Amino acid sequence: MTAESASAQDLRTCVQQALDQARRQGATAAAVSLDRGEGLTVSVRLGELETIEREQDQGLSITAYFGQRRGHASSTDLREDSIERTVEAACQIARSTEEDPCHGLPDEDRLAFEYPELDLHHPWDLDNDEAVRLALECEDAARADARIANSEGAEVRRYDGIRVLGNSLGFMGTYRRSSHDLSCCVVAADEAGAQERDYWHSTHCDWRKMQDPGTVGRIAAERTVRRLGARPLASCVAPVLFEAPVARSLLGHFVGAASGRALYHEASFLLGRKDEQVWAEGITLTEYPHEVGGAASAPFDAEGVATQERTVVDNGILRGWFLSSYSARRLGLASTGNAGGVRNLVLESREPALSWDELLQRLGRGLVVTELMGQGVNQVTGDYSRGATGFWVENGAVAHPVHEITIAGSLPDMYRDIVAVGVEQDRRGSLQTGALLVDRMQIAGV
Amino acid sequence: MPDERVTDGAVRRYLLDPGELTPQTLEQTLAHAWSRACDYADVYLQHSQHESLTIENGVVKDAAFTLEQGAGVRAALGEKTGFAYSEELSPEQLLEAAQAARSIAHGDRQARLPQSSSTPPPAVCGYDNPLQNLDMEQKIALLREVDETARGLAPEVKKVTATLASTYEVILIASTEGVYQADIRPLVRLSVSVIAERDGRREIGGHGGGGRYGYSQLLETGAPARFAQEAVRVALLNLESQEAPAGTMTVVLGHGWPGVLLHEAIGHGLEGDAIRKGTSAFTHLMGQRVASPEVTVVDNGTLPDRRGSLRMDDEGTPTQNTVLIEDGIIRGFLYDRLNARLCKTESTGNGRRESYAHQPMPRMTNTYMQAGTHSPEEILASVDHGLYAVGFNGGQVDITSGKFVFSASEAYLIKDGKIAHPVKGATLIGDGPSVLRRVSMVGDDLELDDGIGTCGKDGQQVPVGVGQPTLRVDKLTVGGTRMHDG
Repeated sequence: MTAESASAQDLRTCVQQALDQARRQGATAAAVSLDRGEGLTVSVRLGELETIEREQDQGLSITAYFGQRRGHASSTDLREDSIERTVEAACQIARSTEEDPCHGLPDEDRLAFEYPELDLHHPWDLDNDEAVRLALECEDAARADARIANSEGAEVRRYDGIRVLGNSLGFMGTYRRSSHDLSCCVVAADEAGAQERDYWHSTHCDWRKMQDPGTVGRIAAERTVRRLGARPLASCVAPVLFEAPVARSLLGHFVGAASGRALYHEASFLLGRKDEQVWAEGITLTEYPHEVGGAASAPFDAEGVATQERTVVDNGILRGWFLSSYSARRLGLASTGNAGGVRNLVLESREPALSWDELLQRLGRGLVVTELMGQGVNQVTGDYSRGATGFWVENGAVAHPVHEITIAGSLPDMYRDIVAVGVEQDRRGSLQTGALLVDRMQIAGV
Repeated sequence: MPDERVTDGAVRRYLLDPGELTPQTLEQTLAHAWSRACDYADVYLQHSQHESLTIENGVVKDAAFTLEQGAGVRAALGEKTGFAYSEELSPEQLLEAAQAARSIAHGDRQARLPQSSSTPPPAVCGYDNPLQNLDMEQKIALLREVDETARGLAPEVKKVTATLASTYEVILIASTEGVYQADIRPLVRLSVSVIAERDGRREIGGHGGGGRYGYSQLLETGAPARFAQEAVRVALLNLESQEAPAGTMTVVLGHGWPGVLLHEAIGHGLEGDAIRKGTSAFTHLMGQRVASPEVTVVDNGTLPDRRGSLRMDDEGTPTQNTVLIEDGIIRGFLYDRLNARLCKTESTGNGRRESYAHQPMPRMTNTYMQAGTHSPEEILASVDHGLYAVGFNGGQVDITSGKFVFSASEAYLIKDGKIAHPVKGATLIGDGPSVLRRVSMVGDDLELDDGIGTCGKDGQQVPVGVGQPTLRVDKLTVGGTRMHDG
């Protein structure tokens, strides 16, 4: 089978054959997913073409069950004999590993036998020359600023993928999803020779809805140039305003700690906190997996369980978890349709959201964080300590850029100490929020 | 010493025969790319088998097998690169990839390809397939040993998770620079994670390691019990940990894995792509002093059996021991072929790629600092007030500004030259080009890490090694939650 000839029907046939093979080899149940995609990435640097990359991906993944035993195998080779060997490998593992009463396919009544069309597929008929033109336009816009001294380049990417998921309960779901990106990364230098780098990117499943190349380039340049002249701070305790793109990471740590795996491993600072005040009053976290054209929308999860809109944090109170069928059974609960991750988790506030200027006013004297570095987040305890870059703010106005500092605290405190939310949301990924102002954190510097 | 016939057999069995490929097919693929006026072209075939098994709650009920294979074709002209890959190993797909890759070059060329005449460099490891090294019962028994050891060590141990992962990889590289090289690259890793609880407080501890060998070598070194003990020790220690200090202070870094400092602070900034583009804070520092004469740092891909070792890089260049900093002075950068060509120098054998679906770029192998003259005790005794950091989660660097971080997972407060008490994990932040100037004492206890490191760059993950002796760094910012009390 070659990429050109593979229709959705061919792929479904391929999935069904793998399921049939698993049954013939003695599996009592099985699930198979098949992903295929094709893409083009073009990058330019300093006004010249740098790379043209053609992507062609495929992969088949099978989970076979022998009663309460489970085996998993995957392969990028989709030739018939190779699929057969992959199925064999999964069955072989399932026969030789140990039983777990929580193993098994999703409960039948949760499978998305019917699912909505979410308008996620917008193939982009972009050839090499047009891609080069867009990337150059993007980088040129960034380099128009005289302080931009060097460039890591600008990149345009189009990608078109299809996913087929089937299981031995008769579920067979298919959806197509395109994903297009435009990004630019540039370097600014000051008289002293100090260099700073930053970037910007736009992404959407519909290429017509991306930011235009000039805007992406200009934002990349602005974000880079404003870092020039950065210096460390003296250690202090101060309020910290997380710009929307970095505020998303705070949602990410929450999702990690509220996910089934962390809970059944008892490796979560949220253990036993259900129905308690975990976020500041007024804050709501809602998952919108069916948003039409959304950044991470999906009609069903990685197991075929129907995804659904639901509120996970209501007015600061923790109301739900992120569970797959397996983790749900481990915890004596029902799947929340989160196998494979969260889908458009949006933070909203009952308080009026503030503009950027209002946020700076509210911050008064403190730190704006624009970039975070390192892995200093402990999901078990909630201890938080990361490298940070940003701005020091005095009297509601930016005083100077800051680098080589850390911010530290504990996530449970940080979530409760959120005192304001920005109106402008970053909606480019599965976690979506405006800027978040945390009342008090420890800053370490000189 | 492994037999070359083993490599040849594996290449035929896994890479050539299934898709009816021959050495001539590869030559035709290269010739197709080369017939446009490019500077360089290569084709990379890869077959990789990966297996992982996890014990959790005392039960081995999660295991996975992954087969990844495909071919990548690349063509380069000046700073331009065309690249295409396919999961399908067939003559048609290789030609199609070559067609797409050569689109960066224009103009026809009649000249013949250079003849390939490659003798393989010396092997750095054996060629056993770790997946077939033990049968499933033995692997399960190994994980049980980890689980039971950890649980038996302390009543506070609540949860034990251990994962055994192994890879068997066969690659073949052919290029227009006369390379026709094959390699077999086994890799195993055992990692253990423990959660301990006392009086309602929960803490995590972990340890892991491995290398380029089969499971038998892992067992011979007593890894299962040793890693379990280490994970439990760290978890119990963290149950006693107090708030970490916040502010700038003297930091003593333990030997071995804390060498991640060198990897982040120095190594990435010396990679040839950033040097060529002038985006590294180290760009103009060749030949300049960046550290005391006691500091010598190398990147060595030739160490036997190490996780970061390779017989040859992913462009077929033999790996080597590259001196990066000698007696405090920058002496070397790390190059792949593309960046070496553009910088008019030679590749140092650091052209690595995550897989056939990724383009090679300059990457580290095993990066470490050579031993100095001070005993670790002497170094600790020299500090009035500071932090002693011996375990780390990992790090990150911004090569352009030079700022780097790394996050401690096991650390102690030092008071009056003595270890006072354990403190919570904290992020340490510093400036790459200046941090080595602050290294005032280098220990005599060089150690390499246990083989757990994975380095990410531009979305590509590759296994690496790090190492160092105990170091005293005079000033480093420690990101704790407690203000420095003098």
